Formats: sequence, structure tokens, C-alpha cells
Amino acid sequence: MSHFLDRLSFFTKAQDTFAGGHGLVTGEDRGWENAYRARWQHDKIVRSTHGVNCTGSCSWKIYVKNGLVTWETQQTDYPRTRDDLPNHEPRGCARGASYSWYLYSANRVKYPMMRGRLLSLWREARRGRDPVDAWASIVESPEKSAEYKSKRGLGGFVRSTWDEVNELIAAANAYTIKRYGPDRIFGFSPIPAMSMVSYAAGSRYLSLIGGNCGSFYDWYCDLPPASPMVWGEQTDVPESADWYNSTFLMMWGSNVPQTRTPDAHFMTEVRYKGTKIAVVCPDYSEASKFADIWLHPKQGTDAALAMAMGHVVLREFHLDGKSEYFDRYVRETTDFPYLVRLDRGADGHYVNGRFLRASDLADGAGQANNPEWKTLAFDEASGNLVVPNGSIGFRWGEQGDLVGKWNLEQKEALSGAELRLRLSVNEIRDEVVPVAFPYFGATHHPHFACTTHDAIQVRNVPAKKIRLADGSEALVATVYDLTLAQYGLDRGLGGGNVASSFDDDVPYTPAWQEKITGVPRAQVIAVARQFADNADRTRGKSMIIIGAAMNHWYHMDMNYRGVINLLMMCGCVGQSGGGWAHYVGQEKLRPQTGWTALAFALDWNRPPRHMNSTSFFYVHSSQWRHEKLGMREILSPLADPAQWQGTQIDYNVRSARMGWLPTAPHFDANPLELTRAAAAAGQAPADYVKAQLLAGDVRFSFEDPDNPVNFPRNLFVWRSNLLGSSGKGHEYFLKYLLGTTHGLQGKDLGEEGGEKPLEVEWREAATGKLDLLVTLDFRMSTTCMYSDIVLPTATWYEKNDLNTSDMHPFIHPLSAAVDPAWEARTDWDIFKGIARTFSEVCKGHLGVEKDLVALPTQHDTPSELAMPEVRDWKKGECDLIPGKTAPSLIVVERDYPSTYKKFTSVGPLLDKLGNGGKGIGWNTQHEVEALASLNYTVLEDGVSQGRPRIDSDIDAAEMIMMLAPETNGHVAVKAWAALSKITGRDHTHLALPKEHEKIRYRDIQAQPRKIISSPTWSGLEDEKVSYNAGYTNVHELIPWRTVTGRQQFYQDHPWMLGFGEAMCAYRPPVDMKTVEPMLGKRGNGNPEIVLNFITPHQKWGIHSTYTDNLLMLTLSRGGPIIWISEIDAKKAGIEDNDWIEAFNVNGAIAARAVVSQRVPEGMSMMYHAQEKITNTPGSEITGTRGGIHNSVTRTVLKPTHMIGGYAQQSYGFNYYGTVGANRDEFIIVRKMAKVDWLDDEAAADAAAGH
Amino acid sequence: MSYLNDLLFGVYPYIAGTVFLIGSLVRFERDQYTWKAHSSQMLSSRGFRRASNLFHVGVLVIFVGHFFGLLTPPAVFHALGISAGAKQVIAIVIGGIAGVAAFIGLTFLVRRRLTDPRVRANSSTMDIVILLALYAQLTLGLLTIPVSLFHLDGGNMLKLMAWAQNIVTFDGIEAAAVVADQGFIFKLHLLLGMTIFLLFPFSRLVHIWSVPVGYVRRPYQVVRSR
Repeated sequence: MSHFLDRLSFFTKAQDTFAGGHGLVTGEDRGWENAYRARWQHDKIVRSTHGVNCTGSCSWKIYVKNGLVTWETQQTDYPRTRDDLPNHEPRGCARGASYSWYLYSANRVKYPMMRGRLLSLWREARRGRDPVDAWASIVESPEKSAEYKSKRGLGGFVRSTWDEVNELIAAANAYTIKRYGPDRIFGFSPIPAMSMVSYAAGSRYLSLIGGNCGSFYDWYCDLPPASPMVWGEQTDVPESADWYNSTFLMMWGSNVPQTRTPDAHFMTEVRYKGTKIAVVCPDYSEASKFADIWLHPKQGTDAALAMAMGHVVLREFHLDGKSEYFDRYVRETTDFPYLVRLDRGADGHYVNGRFLRASDLADGAGQANNPEWKTLAFDEASGNLVVPNGSIGFRWGEQGDLVGKWNLEQKEALSGAELRLRLSVNEIRDEVVPVAFPYFGATHHPHFACTTHDAIQVRNVPAKKIRLADGSEALVATVYDLTLAQYGLDRGLGGGNVASSFDDDVPYTPAWQEKITGVPRAQVIAVARQFADNADRTRGKSMIIIGAAMNHWYHMDMNYRGVINLLMMCGCVGQSGGGWAHYVGQEKLRPQTGWTALAFALDWNRPPRHMNSTSFFYVHSSQWRHEKLGMREILSPLADPAQWQGTQIDYNVRSARMGWLPTAPHFDANPLELTRAAAAAGQAPADYVKAQLLAGDVRFSFEDPDNPVNFPRNLFVWRSNLLGSSGKGHEYFLKYLLGTTHGLQGKDLGEEGGEKPLEVEWREAATGKLDLLVTLDFRMSTTCMYSDIVLPTATWYEKNDLNTSDMHPFIHPLSAAVDPAWEARTDWDIFKGIARTFSEVCKGHLGVEKDLVALPTQHDTPSELAMPEVRDWKKGECDLIPGKTAPSLIVVERDYPSTYKKFTSVGPLLDKLGNGGKGIGWNTQHEVEALASLNYTVLEDGVSQGRPRIDSDIDAAEMIMMLAPETNGHVAVKAWAALSKITGRDHTHLALPKEHEKIRYRDIQAQPRKIISSPTWSGLEDEKVSYNAGYTNVHELIPWRTVTGRQQFYQDHPWMLGFGEAMCAYRPPVDMKTVEPMLGKRGNGNPEIVLNFITPHQKWGIHSTYTDNLLMLTLSRGGPIIWISEIDAKKAGIEDNDWIEAFNVNGAIAARAVVSQRVPEGMSMMYHAQEKITNTPGSEITGTRGGIHNSVTRTVLKPTHMIGGYAQQSYGFNYYGTVGANRDEFIIVRKMAKVDWLDDEAAADAAAGH
Repeated sequence: MSYLNDLLFGVYPYIAGTVFLIGSLVRFERDQYTWKAHSSQMLSSRGFRRASNLFHVGVLVIFVGHFFGLLTPPAVFHALGISAGAKQVIAIVIGGIAGVAAFIGLTFLVRRRLTDPRVRANSSTMDIVILLALYAQLTLGLLTIPVSLFHLDGGNMLKLMAWAQNIVTFDGIEAAAVVADQGFIFKLHLLLGMTIFLLFPFSRLVHIWSVPVGYVRRPYQVVRSR
């Protein structure tokens, strides 16, 4: 009753003692304990997850108390998958557990914010003016636009209102469309799988108005181009549970415990079954300590190691015939038996050329349809030259009996005869010829070891003569024969440059690689032997877990193809417990085909505008103006340099005009005006533009990026930290795209000289190209700091959305545990609001318009067969045929005032054209009807009347799940049936048991649900096997989507041959030339050292929490850090925790040094996405604040990634295209002499009234 | 003038005493979580232990000295054969030593509280007020010593004892009359002393009520019954 009176109990104290008087029982009041009970009491628990490009996709309980989110804990109610597998749960990590901090942190964006200067300009301009005219009056005045652009990133935000910002954004969009064209509006949002509805909100708006959606997977450099090259698949990987089925696991450059924390348990658990773990990683990572053997090659030389391992496997398990299993696997599922032509090269040598095609032979080998896309092999039994089933020519346009031959049955296509393809022509050879192979390992690099072998390695290859259609004779060899030669194996054919012993110093032996990688040959031989032996005995249960690390090098394809070759040689791909497990971000958008309709407004108009972001940012942030990496440096020594002129941007321009890669904007003209002009000229728009292009009156925007008509004018960034994280060439972005304070040190080619582009007009550099940068975020990120408008969005605990991962087969919800705090809104509501205002504001300026979309040739469509040979219309090598030798030119009608109505309803094209993806289509009328009854229909007048509604984020989620085969069993059966028609094999049995299953949004809120097997993926969700990539290819005989239909060791596109990458080779990192101009020139008295700059995923803010969460920062150093080795630290006089600066011509970073034994000499590591908003001082070099990790990097493009119209090497959004490599970069590191926090300057600025 | 004197030395002691007792009781009943010493040792420990011990030992000696010195009836120590003058000298010596010790400790603590950024940031207004009040009171106390050295007969001391004893025997008017002609420093010392009692329940001084004396003798393990 009373604490005081209760204590007045001197006479009544009844006390028991125990433990011999050492313990005492008292009757004291225990009321205080309730406080601790209340601490953990809560009002409700809601299921959500973290939508952050983390592959975790973990189910979390979000606790709400008094209307506030208080904390989160791991959910433990995953469905059991199989009785012999460990549980998935609990999933989660410290990063996720600290997320709720963000909701009420000081860093939360609480209101719509606008830079003060822009706000005053806008309010002044708006007086008496219509919004579109008001915007025009600002951006058309150079003084006014410079006034707000030059202050980007320097603070000055003030609160605005939703009405005001929506109106400004709508006006800017309408003005840009009217004045320059809708393709001048660009949106960047990554990784739909992390919050599909939120992604779709912005992309649906952009797709309706004709804006571009930028790709991300390639831009992040998470896309391994090797995967499309080898498999015709963007990326498909085993779920983490499949690690548990493996019996030999390699973790190659993947730091599983740190970056795949919730999945790591499968790796540690399988060790108890006896699985061996080999780790390949240059630093002593957390993964390394789980290793039974740890190989630590010099960073960037992984391909050399992989090639040496391949050498061992080919020698012991193929050439010397140890494995029957491998033999059969490579014969049936890889291109090893397929024939490649050997062409006459210089000096009497031969060079490997293109695949032998049916079209090379008389009568097209009996193939009337696509003979140039049908590859050949020898049948062992009959000795005949045959066209087997499954090459890509069979996928499209077949009639009659040849329909249904696109499969991996070992049959001759015409006769249906059973085949056993011949692996090598050696037994039936007509002669042995010297073939020249390019060797790059002798290329000098200031920081990487090279060998002294010849740049052209001539090796003997067995060849068979065949007669061509024109009557001439040609020599052919199999891919297997060429691969053995490329790996330097002595087959007893004579000639040099081959090894009969692993100790020979010949390229690709274990002895050879020692010099390059530093790994002892005995370790290489042992690991390769064990890896292969295990795969042989277990039918492929050897697995390589691989991270993005190796993929971030310029020659990432070589690193990856080296590893993939090893897996294919050992029959691991598509086998449970085996294969290529590449984990980067949350790339697996499981209900993809349900989502694309919503996200790209395919229900209203097709095609949408997609752009590969790497090329986009490279061009528009003017990084090409500073390009020092010449393309002749990476050309094959066998190629004639005269035939391969030009710089990176030249190759990109050629690629775009041949219809390989997209461009944004398309042309130096407004597409709305082009259709108008065509109408005035009385021509079809495509014909008109074709004539204009040929005449040179219309040019591609990339041919003249500094012309103001080609600027990207408006940029939306949402769910992304483009400028604080992924923006390679950060300082170039600041200078050229934003036109504000920057730290760029280098001079452009105009000032400094150097190889200038041939295809691009050189003008004076344009800066401040963007008129409007709008960012949606819940936290004040670096990108927000540089934006003109920041919109407060809902956190992951405040919205309803969907989330999937490649790491597990479940579909997850994000749920609104509480309403968005302050004035925040969900992404869905924000874009809905913008669409509504836009529909009003555009009236009088835009009506129903005809837009012209330039669409590149696309993978998984018939246009992937567009260019069997490279022909450039501009050089007069062929006619300009849209869709074949140039982009398709497609008219899309846009009803601008109806944008909002379209945004909020399901359009009629789904009923008319159906739905589909990855080359399969199906009717989806039934699902649209079901959506109409689930979401109800629109009653209001207009284009959307009677259509199913999509008002809320949940409505949108239901649309995705209703339409997707992965979440709707009926659709899955329809999709498998559609694929069955093309393959001629019945696959519907894979989905029939789940036909009546429909997963709805409320279902997954109740419990994560396992998705249904779908033909748009290559693995199965099954009671028998874990999800494994390529499983349906191997076991259902569905071809890979490549030229041969098989996994390809060999790439025969002329550009692949030209750049020497027909087959995997070791290629040393490229020299970025960014250090020399700065070294020793800007001394501060402290010694300078040069280090390789590596930017891995981090521990205290992996994707999931960025790097401004104080809870996580407290566990680390509280701000930006760079790891360096003890040896390098000593050289530079740096001690742990010293302030250091890292710089080169690209810019500079100020950070603290972490001096650690973990790091090898010559290398530095800066975990990426460390914000410059937390504890970052000014740089001595640039005089501006800190810099981010990308301040010292820039984008470089590789021509082989620009190939298009060529089966697997065709463009697809996030499937193929240039990638943002950044690991070949070097930096100068030194101790800072003076740490300046730049606080005074800001204060002075404020006092002066700015 | 006598009205003000009566108010300050005859009535105010009862106001201060009432607030002190009832305030403590109310706070103990209502705000158990605030009933603590609120040590800042965790935030900054350099030199803290020495200063804190000097202060606490000194101030405890002074407190005990004042308690017995003021409230023991003169007859008792006369019976023990101690004259008023001798008692005064004993008080000056012991009080002086303890006072200087407490002063040194408190000087450090005041400086620390005001200048250490972490401690300062964690200080409430009352924390600073009460610390400065103690510092002022200690200074005043020490200043009485040189004054007392001019009248070592103990007469003045007896008057102050009479005041205290009149207060605790509820004769406020008489108490006020006894100290009416005391020196300025003595009066200020009395007033500030009463004010500290007044502030006591609103400050961290409440921890004095809960000195864990029993801790010394308690069994190793104490459990509460259901």
C-alpha cells in the first residue's frame, strides 16, 4: 500500500533463512517488478521484413506498443520444408534487429522537403502562372536554375507540403515531356524483390507517362555477365538449404557468415555430415575461419586459379578418362561436342571461329527455319554430321513437325534418331592443325605479376574437314578439343605450349599460376582433385558459393567463367547439392511475371522504356570525357587493331544503333514531335524516323551527350541511395549531372589530350544537366542531401508489400505495423498522388499523344535471332531494318490526362494479349476476372470504368500474386503447358499437384508461404529436392536459352572473338591510370602508398541498415573506415584509428584506418555505402566533406557486354548489358596532416544568411 | 525587524522541516525510480573516487558534529567535565579538518560537474543547484571559524545550541530571539542550511535516507517471498 509503511515492519518481520543462514527470505514488496514486465508487454505483433536488397528476406515480428514500434524479434514459424533438412529459422541478424531505430531517429525524413532556394523560386514563379509555365520560367533561366542547382548537397532544406511538391513534380514532368520528350524522365529504383509494390509504384507511373526505368543489377555489378553468356539466364541459383545437400562446398570470394548471416547455418550444419569446406579469399575473412583449407590468391587473379583447377580436372577426369559421369554430363548438357570452324589466320596458323551452323551446309542441312541458328555435331554411332534438338533456332518460328524440338533429348531433329554426340574429332580427325590462342597473362601491370609467355599461344588441335554449302572445304573441331587446347593440355598431338605435367611452366598449369596468384601448386591440385572426385562419386554434389566480389573486376567474366567451367566439367550444374551459387543482392523476384504487368503498366501499353543504367550514367555523368582505358588495351592479340577502332562510348553508340543496347533519351528529338512530323509528312512513324536516321537528321542521344536536348532532365530515385552507394564515379555525378560542388581532380580529354571518341560529338562540357532530382526515402541519405525534393516515405514496418529472395523459397510480406509516421506516405501512395496531380496539371499542355519507343532486340523473344552476323547500317554494311539491324520503332499512345485512372486500375491489354515472360506466354483472362471480383471494379467514368481496381498497396500485391505462376497454381499449370508446346515434352506434372493453390496477401501475413514451381525459373519447389538452378534443364530436358541450347564453354560472337574471350582465359586487372597524375604531387608531409581499392559488403551496415544506424555504428568505429594491412600501415607511418585520406584523380575520401592482419599487403578495403553524413571530416585534397567510397572510382564499360541480337547475348532489362565494375581501381593512401571538420565555414555561411 | 527575524529563524525552520519530511515521504511513495544517488562515476571517473571520498567523509563528520554539537544539552557535556570553551575548540578543530577535506573534494566535484561535457550533459538543474548550495554552505561554515576564533569562550556557540534546541522543542519565537544578535555569516549559514533541508526532497540528496547500512550484515543471498 505504501512503500514507506511497508518498511515499518520491525516488529513483524517474518524472515526465513536458508543455506545455513547464508540466505534470507524477506517479505518485501514486489510491485517494482511490474515495471520490468511492462517493458516487454506490447499491444500487437505484426509480421514484416526488411526490404533492402539483403538476400536474407527474414520473417520478423514487429512489436507495437502505444501506437509506436518498439522492437523486433525473429519469427520462428516457417513451414518445415523437408524432414531431412534443418529448419530455416530463426532467420535474421544484428542489422535487421536494429532497424526499428530508424522509425523515430533524428535521421527520419518527416515532411516533404525542398531546397529553400528552389522553394522561393517556385513560389515566386507560381504567382499568376500555370504550374507548367512556372516551371518553364525557372529552368529556362540560366541564372535561376544555376541558383538552386549549385547548392545541391549543401543543405538548406525547408518543409513544404504534399500539395506543393506534387504540383512542382507534375509540372516538371509535364514540361519535360512537352519540351524535350518523355524519355528525358528517368527513374532509378533497384531490386524489386525487396519491396515489389513500392518498386512498381514508381515504375508504373513512369511507364504510363513514357519515362525510362533504369536497370540496377548490372549497374550494381551484381549481374554476372557470365551467366547470360553460359546459360542464357540472368542468374539462377540454389537456395541456401541446398548447401546442406552438398558434400564439397567451396566459398569463393563469398563471405557467407558476414553477408549471408541467416543462411550461414546450413553451411555450418552440413559440416557435421562431413562436407569439406574450401575457401578462396584473399583476406582472412570470417568465412575463411570455417575452411578446412583456405586458399588466398592475390585479389583479382581468381581466373588464373580457376583455370589451373580446370587444367587438373580436364587432365585427370576427362582426358585420362576417369569419370563416366562427367563424360555423359558434358556430352548431353554442354556445348563440348558442338563443332567450331577453324579459320585461316595470319602466319599460317588457324584461329577458332564461329559455331558451324546448318546454314553453312548445303541446303541448310535440311533446316528451312533459322538454319543460321542451328548448331551441329558428329554422331558417334553413325559418324554423321547432325543437327541435334534444342539449339535456339528451334525455339522460334518452327512449323509442323519441327515444333517441339527445342529440348535436350539426344535426338536428331529431322529424323528423331537417337544420338550419342562425339566429344572430340580426334579419333576421326583429318589432320592436326596449329591454332593460335590469345594469352593475356603476359600483359604488364604496375601492381600485378605477369609471366613471360607469348601473347599468342599456338597449340595443335585435331580437325575434321567438312564441305560447305559453297562447295569449299572447312576445318572444324569440337568445343571440347578447343577447350583442352586452351587449358594447355598435352594430348600427344605434338606442338608446343602444352603441358604434360602439372609442374610445367605453361599457361594454365598449377605451376604457372603460382607466380600470378601466389597459391602453392600442391594446394591447387589437391583442391581441384577433391572437388572433382567428390562430384564424380556423388553425381555432382560439389558446389561453389560465390559472391559479387570476383564479379566486380573489369574482367569479371573470366573469373566467373573459370569457376563455371569447373562446375560444368564436373557435372555439378543442375544437380541437387551442386552448382553455381552466386549470391549478391535480392535478385530473385519470384512472382516476376505477375509483377511485370503491374510494374511496367503492361496492362495499358507496351513496350515500356527500359534503360541499362551503367551506360546511362557513364554517358550522362560525362565519365566518357575522362576515359583513359583504351579499348585496344584489352583487344585480343589476334585481332587486327585497325578493325577495332574507338573508345568505350564509341562501342556503346554502335551497339545502340544496331539495336543491341537501349539509349535514354533515344534520339536528339522529342519522340512526340517525331510522330507528329511523320504524320505531317504522311509517313508511318518508323519509316519516317528510319529515313531521318539514315540522312543523319536524327541522331541517337549518345552521339551528342553534351547537347542540351539530350540531357536527362528529371530523375526519380526511390528505394535507393544512388549517390551515397552505387554511383560509381560519385564526383563525376556531382560535377556534370548535378552541377554542384565536387571533388573531381582529373582534367577531361579536351584539356589533357588522349584518345577522343570517333562517333561522339565533342563539345564544351555541360554541367548541371538534371533539372529536378526527387528522392523518396525514410532517412536523410546522401542521395537525399543532393536532391531538390525529398519525399518522406514509409519504412518497412509502415507499408504493405511483397518480398522474396533467392536464398529461400518463401514469399514474405512487408506489413504496416503502424501508419507512416509524421507526414510520411507509402511509395504506392506517393506515386499515386503524383499521378493524380500530373493528370490535372498536364491538361492544356498534353493530351492524347503518340510516343515513339525505340526498343532494342530482346532476349527471350524472336528478335534475339536478329543478328547472326554483325552489320552496321551506318557504315553501309546493311539496310536499316528496325527490329533487325536497328532498334524497333514502336508507336505507343499515351493519354496523359488519364494517367491517374490508368495507374489505379488493371488495363485491358492483359485480356487481349495475355501475360508471360522469358519467352512463354499464356492467356490470363480468368485471373483478370478474379481480380475484378477481389478488388472490385472502377465505377467512375473514363478509360478505367469497369476495370479491376488497384487503389491500395494491398490491391497491387493481390494483382501480382493473382497473375504470377509462383503464387497461383492455375497460372503455373498454364505456364508449364505453354512451355510444353515449345519443348514438345509435358511439364505440367510439375505444377498439377498445386493447381488449386492460390496464395493471397493475407496468407503470407499469417505465415510465409512456399511458392509454386514455375517455368520461368530453372529450379523446382518440390518435396524431393531443394531449389537448384538448372535443375529443370538437366532433369526435364528444357534447353538453356543459348545458341546451342546447352551450357556454353564457347562464345562465338565476333566481338567475343575480337576481345579474345571465346573461351575462358586469365586476364589481369586493367590499368585505370588514375594514380600516377596525383602521386607525390599534392604532398602533406606524410608518406604516400598506393593500394588496390576493394569495396566489399560490410558488417556494420550491410544493405539492411546502411551506415548511419547509431546502434550499428557503435559496434564499429562510428564513421567511415578503410582497412589496410599492417605492412602497408608501417610503410606509410599509419597507426590504427588514424585519420587517413584515400585519393586519385577521381576524388578523395577521408576515413579512419583499420590496421589489421586480416588484409594482405597491397590491398585496402572500404566497406561500401559508408555515408558521408556521419562523422566524416573534410578532405585535404578536395577541400569538401569526406567523399564516399565511390569518390575514388568510376565506371568503365566493356564492349562484350554490349552485344545484342545474338541469342543469349541479347539485351534484357537487368539481364544483359554493361556492368559497373570498380575493383581494378588503385588509390593513394596517406595519413592526414590536419583533420578539418569544416564546421566554421558552414557557420559563416549561415551567418551570412545563406 | 523582529518580524523578519521571527519568520526566518522561528517559522522558516518548521516550513523547511515539514517540506523535508513530507516531501521525502511523498517522493519515496510516488517516485521510487528517482530514489537514487544518481552517480555519474560511469561517465567520468578520473580523480573522482578520491574527491568523492574526501567530500563524503568530510561532510559526514560535519553532519554528525553538528547533530550532536547542537542538540546535546549543555548540562550533559558539563557533567562530562567539558567546558563550553573547550567544546568550541574541539568543534573548531574537528569541524575545521573535516570541512577542509570536504571543501577540497567538493571543489573538484563542482568543477567536474560544470566542465566535464559528459557529466554536464547528464546533469539536471537541481543537480547543479544542490551542489552549488552545498559548496556555498561549506564555504560559509568554514568562514565562521576565523570569526569564532575571536570569542573562544563558547558563549556564541551556546546561543546557537539554544536555537537548535528551541526549534526541536517547538519554541520558535524563543529560538528566533536567541539568534537575533548573531553575526551575519552565522545567520546566512543557518538560512542556507534550512534551505538545503527544503530542497532535499527534490534533489538527489534523498539517497541519504537510504544509506545501505544493513548491507554490511546481510546474508549473501536475499530472496523475496511470493
